[in-house]
Amino acid sequence: MAKHHVHTTINGDPIELLCDTGETLLDVLRNQLNMTGTKEGCSTGDCGACSVTVDGRLVCSCLMLGVEANGKKIGTIEGLASGDALHPLQQKFLEHAALQCGVCTPGVLVASKALLEKNPDPTETEVRYWLAGNLCRCTGYDKIVRAVMDAAKEMRSA
Amino acid sequence: MQDKVKSPMSSEFSVIGTRPVRPDGVDKVTGRARFGADLNMSGQLVGAVLRSPHVHARIVKIDTSAARALDGVKAVVTQKDFVSQSNATTNFGEGTLNLMHTVTNVLAGDKVLYHGHAVAAVAATSSAVAKQALKLIKVEYEVLPHVIDVDEAMAPGAPLLFPDMITEGVKPAPTTPSNIAKRIDIVLGDVEKGFNEADVIIERSFKTAPVHQGYIEPHACIATVSEDGQAELFVSTQGHWIVRMLCAKLLGWDINKIKVTAAEIGGGFGGKTVVYLEPLALLLSQKSRRPVKMVMSREDVIRATGPTSGSSMTIKMGATKDGRIVAGEALLKFQAGALPGSPVGPGCMCAFAPYDLANVKVIGYDVVSNRPKVAAYRAPGAPISEYAVESVVDELANKLGIDPIEFRLKNVAKQGTKAAYGPKFGPVGMAEALEAAKASAHWRTPLGKNQGRGIAAGFWFNIGGETTVSLVLNEDGTLGLTAGTPDIGGLRASLCMMASEELKVPLEKIRVQIGDTNQLGYNFLTGGSRSTFSSGMATVEAARDIKKEAVKRAAKLWELPEEAVEWDAASGAVRPAGPNAGKHKPMTLVDIAKIAGKTGGPIVGYSRLNAHGAAPSFACHIADVEIDPETGKASIVRYTAIQDAGRAIHPSYVEGQYQGGVAQGIGWALNEEYIYGTDGKLQNAGFLDYRIPVASDLPMLDTIIIEVPNPVHPYGVRGVGETCIVPPLAAISNAVSMATGVRFAELPMSPPRILAALDKARAEKTAKM
Amino acid sequence: MRYEAPETIEKACQLLAAEAGHARVLAGGTDLLVQIKTDVLDPSVVIDIKKIAATRTITSDAAGFKIGAAVTGAELKEHDALKAAWPGLVEAANLIGSTQVQGRATLGGNLCNGSPAADSVPALIAAGAKAQIVGPEGRRELAVEDVMIGVRKLALTKGEIIVSFTVPARPKHGGDAYLRFIPRTEMDIAVVGCGVALELDASGTCTAARLSLGAVAERPLLVAEAGRALVGTKVDAAAIEAAAAAASAACRPIDDKRGTKVFRIQVAGVLARRTIQLALDRANGKTGATH
Ligand SMILES: Cc1cc2nc3c(=O)[nH]c(=O)nc-3n(C[C@H](O)[C@H](O)[C@H](O)COP(=O)(O)OP(=O)(O)OC[C@H]3O[C@@H](n4cnc5c(N)ncnc54)[C@H](O)[C@@H]3O)c2cc1C
Ligand code: FES
Ligand code: FES
Repeated sequence: MAKHHVHTTINGDPIELLCDTGETLLDVLRNQLNMTGTKEGCSTGDCGACSVTVDGRLVCSCLMLGVEANGKKIGTIEGLASGDALHPLQQKFLEHAALQCGVCTPGVLVASKALLEKNPDPTETEVRYWLAGNLCRCTGYDKIVRAVMDAAKEMRSA
Repeated sequence: MQDKVKSPMSSEFSVIGTRPVRPDGVDKVTGRARFGADLNMSGQLVGAVLRSPHVHARIVKIDTSAARALDGVKAVVTQKDFVSQSNATTNFGEGTLNLMHTVTNVLAGDKVLYHGHAVAAVAATSSAVAKQALKLIKVEYEVLPHVIDVDEAMAPGAPLLFPDMITEGVKPAPTTPSNIAKRIDIVLGDVEKGFNEADVIIERSFKTAPVHQGYIEPHACIATVSEDGQAELFVSTQGHWIVRMLCAKLLGWDINKIKVTAAEIGGGFGGKTVVYLEPLALLLSQKSRRPVKMVMSREDVIRATGPTSGSSMTIKMGATKDGRIVAGEALLKFQAGALPGSPVGPGCMCAFAPYDLANVKVIGYDVVSNRPKVAAYRAPGAPISEYAVESVVDELANKLGIDPIEFRLKNVAKQGTKAAYGPKFGPVGMAEALEAAKASAHWRTPLGKNQGRGIAAGFWFNIGGETTVSLVLNEDGTLGLTAGTPDIGGLRASLCMMASEELKVPLEKIRVQIGDTNQLGYNFLTGGSRSTFSSGMATVEAARDIKKEAVKRAAKLWELPEEAVEWDAASGAVRPAGPNAGKHKPMTLVDIAKIAGKTGGPIVGYSRLNAHGAAPSFACHIADVEIDPETGKASIVRYTAIQDAGRAIHPSYVEGQYQGGVAQGIGWALNEEYIYGTDGKLQNAGFLDYRIPVASDLPMLDTIIIEVPNPVHPYGVRGVGETCIVPPLAAISNAVSMATGVRFAELPMSPPRILAALDKARAEKTAKM
Repeated sequence: MRYEAPETIEKACQLLAAEAGHARVLAGGTDLLVQIKTDVLDPSVVIDIKKIAATRTITSDAAGFKIGAAVTGAELKEHDALKAAWPGLVEAANLIGSTQVQGRATLGGNLCNGSPAADSVPALIAAGAKAQIVGPEGRRELAVEDVMIGVRKLALTKGEIIVSFTVPARPKHGGDAYLRFIPRTEMDIAVVGCGVALELDASGTCTAARLSLGAVAERPLLVAEAGRALVGTKVDAAAIEAAAAAASAACRPIDDKRGTKVFRIQVAGVLARRTIQLALDRANGKTGATH
């Protein structure tokens, strides 16, 4: 069966690829493009490790077909830092020790960035509910929530 | 609330006790870090596992011919492809090891023992082909009756998993087989005598559900075996030397043939201390001569890798009116899963360990049933037995009308206490933790409506073990540190900090890595809260080795005897030891590095040791819970974890351990469980229905770090990673009991269970009126 | 598996009807892709309906709102007028899964997946929503409570697609709410769900009320008895109690991994009471919001 010819934009770069219908966007990112920063924790939408943005909207890349990326703008963890500068969220995650094993971290960061773009001044409760689909088994979320709130503060004053 | 660190001695240090950014941090926030599933090799195949659709069945025949004939299938293996192993059990780390059981869990032999048990594996050119190949493997099963529950498995007439299993540890040995693999007895003093002295005795039975470690990264590895038998394995594991040893034994290969590299690991909590996919990937690669990558699905992780035991327990404790516990007795029945090896041993050891008791009797049973074989999970066994004991301790305190902290303080284990399982404790921080709890703002804050507050103590013994570390002084005076215990949550940061403290070299001048199995001598795994303790100890030794060498080299340059040259700890430089040694400008490691070549060659610090003296860590947790009386839902509204770290090298990562353990404990207490149908099949093998806490379920998790230094470690470190999961179960249960006025003795305290208990209590109350 | 993304609804129906194998509509894919991956479904073609404009837009006029079946939960939440008119419905849609899932999940998918626990369905039923259906035989409209007839069973025939839902304009003294019970705070499937919409007259007497329950039967239920218990009352404690009792009485749940029969029946009553109260507050102009 013929593969789909997909034209997409990933972190601002135009990308052209071929994929089968059954391949998810996550499969395409990890297996075809070798962009392994986006993680797979469940492949059924339950863990958020595969979080990316599609035209600015936060989604699970494991629950979207690769072919659906055609004509869309995809944002992944690899696009968070710009040049030498880490994104304030990345910086705050390091300062607050908001990661232990770090496997949930790319998804949490992508999700947090989407939150702060919509809501630059979230309450603790808003952060917690927004991130409820990003499972972290290591940290108990305490330091993650603090890091997000602190990054928000810094970005507001920037 | 952070920064509540009590650090009586931290002023001695310039680096230890600070909170620098971890060395592997940037890779992890940018997506660069390579986890188990993140490595691809050219020409790689996809490995996949066929799993049993039955709960308990005899394998009559496996026909793999159709799968082998499928285009794109490059190898198929069954248990026959492994070396046959003897049925002998040896002690191993925090548990035991039996290679026959290990291979049987990797691939079933003549029987499948649980739903999801691996039966065969294939390697194929794509996952679609692999999936198709699995469908073509024909397995003829003869279905057998099954048993899931531990009490049912122990009952006479239960379906037997192994017709030849004779309970170990019973004298005389039983003459008939059963599902009881082993019995353990721990006795101190005379409990009968103790109970005779008691004014109050409480006896209660408890049940806990098996729970999974729930690491977010599924098991994953990639293996490649060349024509001359040299193998490389890249794997997410807590112990790559263990993986190497197990694979070598199961495959019958020499150890030197296998090089194992530890990937960045996406959580383990004990669950990545055994092998599942690794021997399969190696074997499939050997047969296909292509790299083979294997990644588990979440479903397979939950249904076929180790949860920890569920249990059925009875605890009996007696105390005098003035609050002295005079006897403690426990009967602990632990589910091992389908193959022996539950953590009932440590469960027995830890049960009463927070207390200084004269009379203790513990009986433990290791029981098999048709569930996945358990694996270690953070303080294996301890949360289970201590949950039951701490619930009874709470009830005793209530009954005696003594404050629960005071009651515990009256009986607290301290330096010199002889634990029932043998050792005499050195300096320990149980009393300090209780005092800190008493002094905390949390303990004094009034509760709201429908709320309850519980406390519980916790104990884990911690382990040490074999460790190797190397520390290379580079040509420019910077350093390369290589350790062999996989870094799950900030180990590299702590090791760098210890090296930096020791050598007075700035952190950014030390590059740290986890070495592969060819780069270092043997390292036992990351587990038992041993990595910061043991690899830390070895790092400090290696650093001291460097200092010694630096002294030697300067002596050579200055043409002085070595005794005339010394390391100045304050400046981090070698200098003449006194005025008689002449006037030489002190040399830093940068200077020493420059003269390394002409004074004897490269400078490498090395340490290989078997770390003894891993001191136990004690904790006390306070939990506030609010109950919705109409739905039975419990919410954690406030939580404080207080624990002895010995010395917090990097306090943020110590707090992180506490918080992570608490969150897992909260899940265990409230919602996590394996749900089976009457058909013996697991119904919730996914994160949607295996309910680990999500961000909105939890409040901030406060921590208080106690520092009672471990005298054996150069910086006083105790392991901290495990004790923190011990107290939450009882702290929360005690809080729920207080909020509802009903004693709970079964986990998880899910809403239907709490609501039913509340309804029962309400009905009894109405009946009385 | 083939993939088609037609730009007209007619083309989509045609593809669906003509497929000899197993054809499936793809909206947000948050149910469909999971079912494909876990081998529950193995369609020969998936027909992505998101390129069809009518499924992707929200329009409104004096009569009310027309919501495209493939509008996502996240988009619903950003529609201020809809949120003001039917906060319960919008909240229900936003209880579906995580933020990530809400970025994709649709009302059409929630209903057509055929789960009795679907969160937005009781809210749609309470709001009196109608589904506009297009198929090879033309267009028709069904009340939402008539679309699902059993677990994974719909009243749709081969080739039929739901294009949109209509909900009326918010009545002058009207309010709606949806609450569910789950063991955690997020990321669970409802153990019980309850949607309520009610209307008062100027004196505060209830003139219309609809209560719908999810996860307590083989499909979401419209509990007419509960509505009747409220109409003509001032929605006082006694009326609410009567409605809650009617809600519990209507349940015919099963024991499963998510909850027991007894628990579901009991909690249905509790939720009914709380949801009516919230809807009442909203009808009275108090803006009660959940979390
Ligand atoms: C992690 C996770 C959590 C979830 N939590 C919840 C929850 O809390 N509550 C809840 O209710 N659901 C939940 N769900 C299920 C799911 O997200 C919802 O049911 C969602 O609304 C489905 O919408 P969709 O657009 O993704 O549907 P799809 O997956 O695209 O479609 C679902 C089904 O409906 C059919 N279909 C879709 N649109 C139409 C149409 N217009 N006409 C005809 N047929 C159609 C499809 O063929 C398919 O069979 C969860 C799912 C995940 C993965
Ligand atoms: S991998 Fe996509 S949500 Fe878990
Ligand atoms: S840091 Fe390990 S899962 Fe979040």
